[in-house]
Amino acid sequence: MRFGHTTGSGPNPLHGLLLSFPVALFPAALLTDIAYLRTEQIQWTNFSAWLIAGAMVFTGLVLAWAVVSLVIGLRGGDRLRRMVYAGLLAGLFVVGLINAFQHSRDGWSSVGTFGLLLSILSAILALAAGVIAHSSLFSREVAR
Amino acid sequence: MIRSLVGATALLLVLSACGRSDPSLNQTGPNPDLPGLSETLVPPMKIAQPVGWGDQVPTVPEGFTVTALATDFQIPRQMLVLPNGDILVAEGRGGGAPALRPKDVIAGVIKKQGNTQVESGNRITLLRDADGDGRAEVRSVFIDNLNAPYGLAFVDNTLYVANQDALVSFPYQTGQTRITAAPTEVTKLPSEVNHHWTKALTASADGQTLYVGIGSNSNVGERGMAIEEERAVVWAIDRTTGARRTVARGIRNPTALAIEPTTAALWSVVNERDEIGPQLVPDYLTSVREGAFYGWPYSYWGQNIDPRVRPQKPELVATAIAPDYALGSHVAALGLSFATQGGFGGDFSQGAFIGEHGSWNRQDLSGYKVVWVNFVNGQPTGEPIDFVTGFLTENGQARGRPVGVTFDPARRILLVADDLSNTVWRIAPRGAPAAAPAAGGPTATPPPA
Repeated sequence: MRFGHTTGSGPNPLHGLLLSFPVALFPAALLTDIAYLRTEQIQWTNFSAWLIAGAMVFTGLVLAWAVVSLVIGLRGGDRLRRMVYAGLLAGLFVVGLINAFQHSRDGWSSVGTFGLLLSILSAILALAAGVIAHSSLFSREVAR
Repeated sequence: MIRSLVGATALLLVLSACGRSDPSLNQTGPNPDLPGLSETLVPPMKIAQPVGWGDQVPTVPEGFTVTALATDFQIPRQMLVLPNGDILVAEGRGGGAPALRPKDVIAGVIKKQGNTQVESGNRITLLRDADGDGRAEVRSVFIDNLNAPYGLAFVDNTLYVANQDALVSFPYQTGQTRITAAPTEVTKLPSEVNHHWTKALTASADGQTLYVGIGSNSNVGERGMAIEEERAVVWAIDRTTGARRTVARGIRNPTALAIEPTTAALWSVVNERDEIGPQLVPDYLTSVREGAFYGWPYSYWGQNIDPRVRPQKPELVATAIAPDYALGSHVAALGLSFATQGGFGGDFSQGAFIGEHGSWNRQDLSGYKVVWVNFVNGQPTGEPIDFVTGFLTENGQARGRPVGVTFDPARRILLVADDLSNTVWRIAPRGAPAAAPAAGGPTATPPPA
């Protein structure tokens, strides 16, 4: 994948590092949401709020990177994949932002059914973006 | 993708805009209309931009005059009139609860826009207007180095001050303009976190008991209930021994306490919870009933469940009572003073003046005025009547924000502390000894832009 210079397989190392935050933090927020809904202990939803906030910072950075990369290499061979990748990140950014606001509400309203659904969706989107970015299939394609 | 970002932004704008209220609902009096819960993704915060008074003054009813008794305070809150007519003004701001969530960081920045930028005074200032011309000719720092003083009471030549962490007392001699004696601690007050830091104070009619209002440590228990031990309560403290008991619970933020003169009953204005709609929950005026539970955080206005609080406590909610009189949602009542000894006479003989600091979390601003609630036989009747207005411009900017109100029956004046323009306003019947403001006009200090 050509995020700047390509070193054979996988994305640019810096891009990979930035991407690892949403990939780790969104699923972690899903787990703390589940913990809150099961225990009714307020600290779990506080964890979720910070995890989502942290994930959003890095989602914003990788999204910007992906969009720039897409625009620069508009005629590149892996255009479709980079469009899918940027689209996933854009979707993740929107869902994550709504979830961040949801988690800013107080008590049970900070999660509830809607918050849990948003957390599941953002975890799936983050993992999917990670898979695409690191997929060796696509990396081979890039290497061509 | 760009389109979806634009779409999301538009969605957020729409969500944040639906914080407007329905004017057909009656939100005052003993049985306010309570709409259903309406939670928005983005809390509809709307801060009235401070602009200062310029050459304006507050609007008072026909037959009354208003003057700036003194200006340039450091956040004036509650006031007390001493027997010789000297006026004490508690200045300061407490709190400083640490941010627990990303939201606390952001909301803190936004709310700051609507407040004065002046440093907290942490002191009590004495004003003397012996000639009754509406301007204080003597002004001195009465007591310094307090810790966010708020409630004041005077019994038996002793001044009681409710700091944000303790109730303290000072001996007083008539005519003193400065007290340098060290404070005597009557009792400590709950001060951990201090989300709602103000400690309201009043003395019982017989002077033996001091009542202290202690606000909750959160909007609705979102810091966990462990930190709410002895919060959202009113304490009764024995003046001589410092022994205390809890009079009422579940009373979210009792910001001012006063004794109703005909019945000697304790009354309070109370600020209710946020973020379940522009018309929930009405702030209220209530007699503080012995042993009563007023619902917070589990229920509001009696036994209406707040679903945000988990675990729920249905057996406790079953004991919750509704308050006496709604003042309107989000008006932020911070001042309460009963008209005593006949008040101003006429329409303002028996009842209470209430200072409404004003809303920050709904689109159409509410509060930002001083209202009069008429009382008959010790009970409120009718709608609240505007008594002091003009705190907002036509464009919804804030010239000032009223806090404490104090009626002085001996001089027949009403004092209003304004913590945005850092002014104490004095309202008196026209034709009373007070002379019209001659030179200079009002000198309210606009806060720095």
